[in-house]
Amino acid sequence: MTIPTRIAIQQHAIDLSAETTALTSAIDSTDIGAVVTFTGHCRSEDDRLAALELEHYAGMAETEIGRIAADAIARWPVLGLSAIHRVGRIAPGETIVAVIAVSRHRQAAFDAAQYLMDFLKTRAPFWKKEHFADGTEGDWVDARASDDEAVTRWQATG
Amino acid sequence: MKVLYFAWLRERVGRGEEEIALPDSVETVADLMQYLKTRGPEYEHAFSDVAAIRAAIDQTHADHDAAIGEAREIALFPPMTGG
Repeated sequence: MTIPTRIAIQQHAIDLSAETTALTSAIDSTDIGAVVTFTGHCRSEDDRLAALELEHYAGMAETEIGRIAADAIARWPVLGLSAIHRVGRIAPGETIVAVIAVSRHRQAAFDAAQYLMDFLKTRAPFWKKEHFADGTEGDWVDARASDDEAVTRWQATG
Repeated sequence: MKVLYFAWLRERVGRGEEEIALPDSVETVADLMQYLKTRGPEYEHAFSDVAAIRAAIDQTHADHDAAIGEAREIALFPPMTGG
């Protein structure tokens, strides 16, 4: 059975409701029991930031998220997965990324959504640059050790 | 071969991609970065800490000791910070 999987990289805002409906509609099953959605948002960092600018490696970004989604499908009995990532300039409060995982029972959807996010943050080729509220250009965001540790945890429980 | 740079590596090198004819001595990703360092002060600066740089060969993650072989494109970039 083919598991509906949607991967998108886009400049425009993410419509989570429309994405959720599109994914559940694409699933040829009347046994959808759980839909887990996660959205990651741009923080202002205590009003310090005017925006984040997201750069990506076009082509590889889609491919790499596809590989992560395929791994999640191999690992959990999910019925459908979506991962949508924005690029370009994103203001505080706006959504940067959304993942949706659908399954018969909730644990697979929770786990698959978290797995997608953990690997997306450390393996998908995106980079964030800060733009400060005072109009100056900030620095590139450093990778966090805690994100690497999240991935290591999944690998240990492989 | 096409070489791509992203994020602060792109800014330091001063371009996002370029075609480079690599000498035969460049066999691995590590060799490539050492070679790039010889191309000018901007490259020297960009590749001053090669341990901090990640690579992809033909859009697949690769270690520094990975062979370049017949690759069409190699990307070099800092650790990823998406999501």
